[in-house]
Formats: sequence, structure tokens, C-alpha cells
Amino acid sequence: MKKLKENKKLLILATLLGIIGVFAIITVLTQQGIINRYYSGILLSTCINIILVVSLNLTTGFLGQLTLGHAGFMAVGAYASAYCTKVVFASLPAIVSFPLALLVGGLLALVFGVIIGVPTLRLRGDYLAIITLAFGEVIRTILLNLSFVGGAKGYSGIPRYSNFMWAYFLAVATVIIIVMLIKSRHGRAIISVREDEIAAEASGINTSYYKILAFIFAAFFAGVAGGLYAHYMGIIEPKAFTFNKSIEILVMVVLGGMGNIKGAIVSAIVLTILPELLRSVSSYRTMIYALVLIIMMLAKNSPAFKEIIRKIKNKIIKKEAQE
Amino acid sequence: MNISQFFLQLINGLNIGSIYALVALGYTMVYGIAKLINFAHGEIIMVGSYTVFVCTTLMGMPIWLSIPVSIIVCAGLGICIEKVAYKPLRNASRIYLLITAIGISFFLQSLFQLIFTSNPKSFPTIIQLPPLTLGSFSISANYYLTFVVSVILMIVLDRFVKLTKTGRAMRAVSEDQGAAQLMGININKTISITFAIGSALAAVAGILYSSSYPLINPFMGSTLGIKAFIAAVVGGIGIIPGAVLGGFILGIIESLTKAYISSQMTDAIVFLVLIVVLVFKPAGLLGKNRKEKV
Amino acid sequence: MSTVLEVKDLGINFGGLRAVDDFNLEIEENQLYGLIGPNGAGKTTIFNLLTGVYVPTDGVIKLNGVKLNRKVPSAIAKLGIARTFQNIRLFSDLSVIENVKIGMHNQVRYSLFQGILRTPAFHHDEDFIEKESMKLLEVFKLHSYAHIKASNLPYGKQRELEIARALATNPKLLLLDEPAAGMNPQETKELMETIKHVRDQFKISILLIEHDMKLVMGICEKITVLNYGTVLASGTPSEIQNNKQVIKAYLGE
Repeated sequence: MKKLKENKKLLILATLLGIIGVFAIITVLTQQGIINRYYSGILLSTCINIILVVSLNLTTGFLGQLTLGHAGFMAVGAYASAYCTKVVFASLPAIVSFPLALLVGGLLALVFGVIIGVPTLRLRGDYLAIITLAFGEVIRTILLNLSFVGGAKGYSGIPRYSNFMWAYFLAVATVIIIVMLIKSRHGRAIISVREDEIAAEASGINTSYYKILAFIFAAFFAGVAGGLYAHYMGIIEPKAFTFNKSIEILVMVVLGGMGNIKGAIVSAIVLTILPELLRSVSSYRTMIYALVLIIMMLAKNSPAFKEIIRKIKNKIIKKEAQE
Repeated sequence: MNISQFFLQLINGLNIGSIYALVALGYTMVYGIAKLINFAHGEIIMVGSYTVFVCTTLMGMPIWLSIPVSIIVCAGLGICIEKVAYKPLRNASRIYLLITAIGISFFLQSLFQLIFTSNPKSFPTIIQLPPLTLGSFSISANYYLTFVVSVILMIVLDRFVKLTKTGRAMRAVSEDQGAAQLMGININKTISITFAIGSALAAVAGILYSSSYPLINPFMGSTLGIKAFIAAVVGGIGIIPGAVLGGFILGIIESLTKAYISSQMTDAIVFLVLIVVLVFKPAGLLGKNRKEKV
Repeated sequence: MSTVLEVKDLGINFGGLRAVDDFNLEIEENQLYGLIGPNGAGKTTIFNLLTGVYVPTDGVIKLNGVKLNRKVPSAIAKLGIARTFQNIRLFSDLSVIENVKIGMHNQVRYSLFQGILRTPAFHHDEDFIEKESMKLLEVFKLHSYAHIKASNLPYGKQRELEIARALATNPKLLLLDEPAAGMNPQETKELMETIKHVRDQFKISILLIEHDMKLVMGICEKITVLNYGTVLASGTPSEIQNNKQVIKAYLGE
């Protein structure tokens, strides 16, 4: 038992060193000019996507509820935090106003999460999907018509406070917070809702409470990610937060394995960098995403599909043996 | 407020409302039987419109022939989607089915975007009847025909589900699949028929919609689909009269909002209506609250 | 002895159907109580009423004097009624011990933020949960399976795990819905012994639904017979065995 605990301590230490190490290497490479502006932009987007994917995984992977409005929460966070740094906290220095703005963005997204979640989450699961989808679209149309944040022209002149350091450490913090949440009694309660809602209730778990909890946690982090995005781009437009963005995040969650944090991080990294490298096939991107969703689901759940994969594998192995 | 103006808006609302109702019927039937929000349903509308476009504009087929072709194509597509994507997941957790449905919806959208590009195409004129003149104002043929066709189809569907053997099988499957199977009902066939009927209705809805708004694009189905789904939920999902009621209510609210409040805020207001209904009547206006069996 | 559960004139309508009517029940501390009756008599419906899954149309349910009507299932579980299900409902993708740990959710109090920040309270409580869960598994000889996926357990073990999970909520009253369903006579006999043992070790009352009269007669101190949603008879096993109405309901004229 004691040895187990010591092993755990070592593991924590190694993880911390790893986190700092990766950051140090990237910083050095950037200063040496090996990572240029373009690549460092991709790295920053990767961190933002990690926050989005890991937080969506909380509702879709662990709670087992499908939400399709993650881009909507991101939009709320982006606009709110941009408004904060531009107008509300404009007189404060960046080091104070930026984190404050991100916090406000996250909290406002959380408030929207409560407004959407409370009436919907007590209903059967499928409603949430459609309502969050509708929410995402409505947020976008409202933003298109809000002239004080630029309307359709976009909201420009946002101070570019986001840099790799902010994005990196916020992504790390998000991952840590969500992992810690999942591995506590509250996390177990969230997972029990996915497994069997009725049995969870009978075990004394207030399922409505935990559904809302997971949902607003995810909304909060999506809002923070939106804030990072706004202060990276300098200008944001409502059309950046369409249903397609929500689906993109969902594809990352699905590809990484629902309820799998490591997988989510890896797939966020791969699916952010890969499309940048494969710009030539970008017109097929949506179709590839669609196929990823369908095939991943069938591969996981359909016995017939599993059988086909097994046969193909066998054939390949046989061929190799013959050669 | 001008009375005739108001009346005109009401007719507008009935027009779009009857299209919502037709689409909502498809959602509701599939939901009732497969317990699935068929996200791809909106795309069937789009496929239906494109089929007519391809048949007439590109292949020179007469219009009267292109309509049944479109209906058959959509019904077939509906059955295919069910067989390929949904049937293998029938015993899987609900969320996997939903994600697959979204995948199919996106797949169809991007496929049509690749084939036809995202530029809108102009839809042929199908209805060439004189407008109906009532006193001081006239109602275009598109409008009254849409309404009449929709109402006839709804009545036929209602009779079909209530009176025929297949309809009875459909109701039985939606109540309890296991028990229906024990009674000798062919579940697979019944589900296929449901998808076929729902998709055929979507094709008709697509054609009627495109006659009123004759520019079609690969994304036309998604907004229409969401609205119709909201209509189905407002009326009470799984209930056929509920879908019709929800469709008309939504259509009228939408056109009145456009006329008297703000055309840009319509979507937000429709969404608000949905939330309000769900808060006070979670099962929809005509729905009964049923608890899951323990 | 004091009364744990008191049910008075309980009834529920499903549409036009009166599924349970005028149902009365009193269970005392440490009592092993049987609820029997033919198929469709309303036994499981009564469990669903007691645990808040259904809201009664009329009547009163009291646990240690506290009214339970209109409380949600999780609140009732917190107050001290735990249950198992006729068709086993485990958290099947999770390990055996995690199933029990979820049952212990309300046994510790550390908050969300204490959990995320990993404060000493978190470590203290989690150690407690780990130890207690293991102890519970040992009672059912499940400890060697602790880290196996629950759905991979053999059927009989799954039923026992469900009981262990119910006990983890630290109930005053445990409701068992056909715990012996699908078991062979030998397994059933062993299970009945375990149930008795659980009652004695945890000092709780148990209300047990069984179909099979003989089984219930063996271990229950008091029995209520249900037929068509109403109480046909209540009493000790021997009283029930000699009750003419009960014999009629079970064997026909």
C-alpha cells in the first residue's frame, strides 16, 4: 500500500516535469526561430482545441449526453471576454484584464449553460442534442444582429493577448481539473448517470444535479477557449462559431474515444495539425469528418462490422505469412 | 394593426407551417418507432428537391414524372440509411445512434456540396395554377396547393396508421418492440416502411418548399429540419396529430414574428417557444408524461 | 420494537387502471418481511412507489416517521431505502468495486472543490470509501473480482453485487426484488442464507419480493400477500399458509 502511494507520487512528479519540459522545449524552439509564426499559431489552436475537446468529453463521454452547441458556448465566451478587454477592463493592464476577461467569458457561458440545461436535462437524453444545436444557431443569429459587437462585420480590434504560454497552461489546467473531477465521488456520480440513470438515482445520486454540473463545467471551459480564440485572432465573426465547429469538436471526441481523456488530447492534436498539412484535400474535410463519425460508431457497436474488420485483418496476416 | 395584413401573415404561416408539419411527421414516426432523432431527415428534403432539379433541368424529364421519381428516390434512400447505419446499432446506447445520424446528415450535405457545389440552383416552376382570389387579395397557387396537399397527406397518413394492418404493426412496434415481435410482427419490415413513408413525406415537403422558395442549395435541409423537429417536440414527439399541430403553430409564430417583431429574431423566438413548452409540458402539447419502465 | 416503514392506504392509478389499492404495510426494525403474490399483482409497483420512481395517487409512506411522498428517488435513497431491481441494473461498464463506490456516494461529504484540489479531506474520505467498499465485497465473496468489469461477472454474482451496492448506501430498509430469480435451488438456498446474514450483520430491515411461496416461508418473519393490487392477507408464515383466501388465489378452487 505504501509503495503504491510512493509510486503515485513519482508519477505526479514525472507528469509535472513532462508538462514543464514540453513547454520549455517549445519556448526554446520558438526563440531559436525553428518554430515560426505559422507553426506557433497552429500550436496555439491545438491548445484551444484541447480545452474544447476535453470539456466536451465531460458531457458526451462521461455524462453520456450528446451536446451539439459547444461552438455556441465558445462564441459566448469569445464575445464576452473580447468586450471585457476592449471596453470594461480597458484601463487595466493586460496581465490583469486578460485573465479576468477569460473568467467572465467562461462564467457567462456557464450562465447560458444553466439556462439551457435546467429545463432540458430533466427530460430524456435526446432532447439535449437538438436544443443545444438550436441554441448554437440562435446565439449566432443574435450575434449577427448585435451592432455593439460588430454584427455581421465581425468584432475587431480585440487586443491580441493570447500567446502560447497562456493557451498551454490553460489547456493543462483544464485537463487536470477535469481528470481530478472525474476521479472523485462527483466524477463517479457523473459516470453513473451514463451507465444507468435509474440505478444511479436508487443509489442516492441526484442525477439532475450531476447532469447540470457536468454540462455547465463543459460550458465554462468552452467559454474560456472562446476567450483565448478571440484574443488570438484579434477579430471574431459569428460565422466562426457555426454548427460545423461544434461537429468538428465532436469528431475529435469521438475519434479519441468517448470518455477517454488521453485519446481526446491526441485526437485534438492530430485533427488540428493534419488539416493544416493536408490543405489540398480541404474540400473533402466535412465528408471525412462525417465518415469518421459513422465508421467509429459502427466499428464500436456493430457485431457485423467488427466481423468484417476481423476478416480483413486475417487476410492481411495470411498474405504477410505467404510472403 | 391592419386586418388584411394580419390575415396575409396568417396564410404565410399556414404555408410554411404545413411544410413543417409534413417534415415533422417524418421525425415523429421514426422517433416513435426507432426512438431515434433522425438527424438525416432534413437532408432527405434536400435530396428530394435536388432529384427534381436533376430530372427536369438536367435530364429534361417532364415535371409530372420527376415528382414520383423524387419520392421513390427519397423513400429508397431512407430505407438504405436505416439498413446501413441505424440497424446495426439498434441495441447500442442511444448516443451512438445519434452520433451516427449526425454523421449521415453531414455526409449527405458534403456529398451534394461536392457534386453540385454550394451555389444555389434554381428550382423549376412546378405549379402553374391561377391564384385564388378572395375579395381584395389573392393567394398564390403555391400557397393553397401546399396547404391542401399537406392536409390531404396528413389525413391519409392518419387513416393509414389507424386502420391498416401495417399501421397497426407500426403502432405495436412503437409501443413495445419485443412484444410486437412475439406477436409475429416483422420488426425490420415495419421499421423500413416507417422510414420509407417518412422520407417520402420529406420529399413532398421538399418539393413544395422549393416551389415557394425556388433556390435550392445543399444546406437547405438542415434549418428546415431543425425547425420541423422543434415542431414535432412542441406538439409531442411520437404523436402524429402533435406533429401537425406543432408544425402549424411554429409556422404561424414564425410569420407573425417576422411581420410584427423582427425578421432576424425569428429563430430566437421559435427557440424560446420550445424552451417554454418543455418547461411547462415536457412531453409536448399533446403528449402524455410516461415514465420509463423499471 | 419500533416501526421503520409505515405505509397507509397507498394507491396508484395508471390511466384508468388501479394498479395498487388501499395497500397497508408496517415493517419493524430488523425484520425480514416478505411480499408475495401472483404475477402482475403489483409487487414491483409497490417497490417503485416506496422508492419514489412512481408518485402515489393517494396514501402515505413514512420512513422512521418522515413522510416520503413526492420525494425524488435519490432523496429517498439518502433517507435510507435501498433497492435492487428485478432485471439487474448494474453500472455494467464499470468495475465491481466502482459499482459499490458509487453506492457510497453519500457516505462521505467532501465537496466538489475539495475533490478537484485534492485536499486532505478528499484523501481521508476516499480511503474510507475504498476500505468500506472492499469490506462489503468481502461479505459477498466478491473481493477477488473487485477490478473486473461488472458485466463480466457470472449472473448470480451480479445479483449479489447489486445487493452490495444497495448496502453501500447504508440503508435502514433494503428492498430486494426477486433476488433469487434465475437461480437454481442450491444457489437460491445459499442466497437466502446470505440475506439472513446481511440482516443480522448490518442490523437493517429487509422487504423481499418473491414469487415462490416456499422460499419466503423459510426466512421471512412476516408476510403480506398481494393480489390484484390489494392486500389479500398479512401475517406470520404459518398464518399465511393456512389462510383460505391465499390458498384459493394460488391454487384456485
